[in-house]
Amino acid sequence: MADELVNVTIEGMTLSVPKGTTIIEAAKQAGVLVPHYCYHPSLPSPAVCRMCLVEVEKAPKLMPACVTAVAEGQVVHVNSDTAKQAREGVLEFLLINHPLDCPICDQSGECELQDYVFQEGRAGTRYQEYAKRYNPVEDFGQDILYVPNRCILCTRCVRFMDDVAHAPILNVSERGDRAFIGISESQRLDHPWAGNVVDLCPVGSLLSKDFLHKARAWDLDKTASVCPGCTQGCNINIDTRDDVVVRIRPRPNVEVNRHFICDYGRMNYRWMNRGDRIEAPLVRDGARHVATDWDTALARLEQVLRGASGSAVILASGRASTESLGLVRRLLERFTVTAALQVPLGDEAPLAGIPDLALRRERAPNLVGGQLLGYSADWTSALRQAASAAVVVVLDADLTPADQAALAGAPGVVVVLGTVLPDGLRDAELVLPVTTMAEENGTYVNRDRRIQRFLQAKSQPGMARPAWWVAGEVLAGPGPSADAPSTAAEAFQMLGEWWPVFAGLTHADLGFTGRVVGSAAPAAAVGGMAR
Amino acid sequence: MGYPHPSHPKETVVLSQYFGDAGARTYDGWVERGGYAALRKALGMTREALIEEVKASGLRGRGGAGFPTGLKWSFMPKEVVRPHYLVCNADESEPGTFKDREIMRWTPHALIEGCAVAAYAIGAERCYIYIRGEFTEPWRIMSAAVEEAYARGGLGGNALGSGKRVDIVLHRGAGAYICGEETAMMNSLEGKRGNPRIKPPFPAVSGVFGMPTTINNVETLAAVPHIINRGAAWYKSLCLGNPKSTGTKLISICGHIQRPGNYEVTMGTPLKEILYDMAGGPRPGRTIKAVIPGGSSVPIMTRDEAEAALFDYEGIVEKGSMLGSAGLIVMDDTTDMVYQIWRLARFYAHESCAQCTQCREGTAWTTKVLERILAGKGKQADFQLLLDLSENMTGKTICVLSDSCAAPVVSGIQKFRSEFEAYMAGSREPAMAAV
Repeated sequence: MADELVNVTIEGMTLSVPKGTTIIEAAKQAGVLVPHYCYHPSLPSPAVCRMCLVEVEKAPKLMPACVTAVAEGQVVHVNSDTAKQAREGVLEFLLINHPLDCPICDQSGECELQDYVFQEGRAGTRYQEYAKRYNPVEDFGQDILYVPNRCILCTRCVRFMDDVAHAPILNVSERGDRAFIGISESQRLDHPWAGNVVDLCPVGSLLSKDFLHKARAWDLDKTASVCPGCTQGCNINIDTRDDVVVRIRPRPNVEVNRHFICDYGRMNYRWMNRGDRIEAPLVRDGARHVATDWDTALARLEQVLRGASGSAVILASGRASTESLGLVRRLLERFTVTAALQVPLGDEAPLAGIPDLALRRERAPNLVGGQLLGYSADWTSALRQAASAAVVVVLDADLTPADQAALAGAPGVVVVLGTVLPDGLRDAELVLPVTTMAEENGTYVNRDRRIQRFLQAKSQPGMARPAWWVAGEVLAGPGPSADAPSTAAEAFQMLGEWWPVFAGLTHADLGFTGRVVGSAAPAAAVGGMAR
Repeated sequence: MGYPHPSHPKETVVLSQYFGDAGARTYDGWVERGGYAALRKALGMTREALIEEVKASGLRGRGGAGFPTGLKWSFMPKEVVRPHYLVCNADESEPGTFKDREIMRWTPHALIEGCAVAAYAIGAERCYIYIRGEFTEPWRIMSAAVEEAYARGGLGGNALGSGKRVDIVLHRGAGAYICGEETAMMNSLEGKRGNPRIKPPFPAVSGVFGMPTTINNVETLAAVPHIINRGAAWYKSLCLGNPKSTGTKLISICGHIQRPGNYEVTMGTPLKEILYDMAGGPRPGRTIKAVIPGGSSVPIMTRDEAEAALFDYEGIVEKGSMLGSAGLIVMDDTTDMVYQIWRLARFYAHESCAQCTQCREGTAWTTKVLERILAGKGKQADFQLLLDLSENMTGKTICVLSDSCAAPVVSGIQKFRSEFEAYMAGSREPAMAAV
């Protein structure tokens, strides 16, 4: 569908954009940010905050950039005197009832009101002798607190619940400066995607109780990652402070999750901070385990595998990265392998207003990645096989005490690549510390076969290493490990040698929005990829 | 007529002919008085012919905006693909305006007939009459009249035996001035919060329930049958001033005036005649100090400006204000202008829908500044502050409520500055306690 292009000049830069593009979006393409509050690319635009008023030559009034479409030959000034005066006016009006809460407000440091006032607001207030309107803090239910005093009535939260969540729980109550966001007494904000209103709120009015007074925005390190909650593969940022994960927030990806994540994924991070980690490689010495160095441990692993034959079972966590799953699988190439991925199940919770976006039943982020590498989701069957296999590799799976007991009694060699020490496997041959997805680079493949990268958000505890590194070292053999992959990117490229679906792809190709693989491809085979 | 006073000889009695005549309220009574002939005639004409006739008459919207009615009707799609709607704006809430209630109280069938003709002209089968919630008596009377019109076949699937459908649905408002704004009215009709919408899209493209819609004021619609009966040329000839302002206007006069009430005049009548001859001038021993001509949302006029003005759209603009809905508020020399301006600002602050930042906060802040001045705590800097606030509130919002709040403030400071200064200097006793 050919889009008719329109030429428009914004802040002196001329560009061509599809007809129907709003000025605010066209300006983004010109690298110009039009200050705004109520506008959001994933919400319908009401043009109520009036921050985005821009000067359009030949137009009688300032035009709201978020709803005004570009016209051929239009000349737009975002930073002219009249536009700036209008914005200064809006900011002044917003501040008269806004409490000076910055020192105690969670939003401080990531607050759009702070940002724009600092950039172009008035230096002093003229609202000196009057009281600010006051309303007490409200608990909206679930994780959300509402602080009405700070609310700037941008209505993003109301529009999100109405138009995206299709659950009109919030409203605007009262008129004039008495207005506030209301919630009916009989309802609570207990929608599975409601946590997004906290991100949408430009100020510290809607707050997460989980994050309340936990950390200052400027203390946080932000790392691009992928939610390990389910097969949807929403893009996230992991916020850490001093190497502790304190918050998960959505990262925009138009193809996967737009600007949103569900509450389950949002709250699913405490396990990343577990302190009771295996910190050193452990090898069995009689009836006990002895901590040792990696060289010794890897040598023992290589020896153990060399001395075994027949069947092998891999019991892997659904959170293991594609690189780890692949290289561990490859490590057992000589055996008849049954590989299974642990996939806990839960209820599906769609975000009604966005097609193909839901908290999925399969609560394993790399189910599809595993399946592409020959892992099944048939956990019970794999456990049964493990009872008689020659080698069992437990890749950070969460085994019940009963499962552990069954494995312990099995005749085969048990190798644990784990994060937390499984109590019931005290006679495992090797217990090697591996990193969680928060402590390594890697990829997941989501339910749409989109491979997406996640980056290391916190440091590896003790001597923990990624599972793909462990397997890679053993695969390469002893001596100077010239062939062993030293980065996740290298490990990923190795996958392409054994699984055509990954052939020719690099981490760089995936970027930060990912790439879909293995869908119905046209005739031409690329570099030997036969699918 | 200057009901409850008898018609003044200088009035041009068209819409107000039967004000005070209880017999005009019934269907038969109305037919006896010439009613429903225009509807019968209109149902036999084409839509285009009707629109042309109304265009030629020069009729302009009587709700305040003065937009040419025929032109507005012509914006509706020529072919009815999706349902068209007519909305009659009977939410009369503009301070100083009380003409529509009289039309509904005394001549409900005039409105019904006007709505029916207009609905047919724009291709609508249904007309919603949005009546302000507080109008309990007009509501009762309109309900009874609509019921009767249906019972007598004037409305319904076979209006007056023409085979064409005309439906009227009455809807009550719930006490918000902002619902008189056409797009807020449409939201309110849909059951949503009465927030004005951004335009574009315009109602004729996407209005009530997203369908092509025309919104007209009560007085505008009541004038339509007269135009059909007596012709566009007749209506156009009713003009004493600018040729772009034709027909008659119902003026609601209140305040410090001998004979408050509704007066119907030909467009272009000198305002001086209206004030002194028709409405009897100020109370004995008093002189007029200020006049707000259009309902409160327009700049205040001084006596001199008012006495020199011709009462039509262009004439009032020439003297620095606007005709608006012609709700004339007269203030004599006993008036505390600062107090009155504060009272108006308080009204707007109360009624702001809270969407736009400037209106939501600015109307309230303006009110507070005026309160401080009235409490004797004002300072010189407050002048510039009020003017800055008014500047920020003008031309920057979805609707013009904030502009309406700014108008009396700016014109008040311009023309009655000394009254403000008297409070600031302490030479006038505070009118209220400081908060």
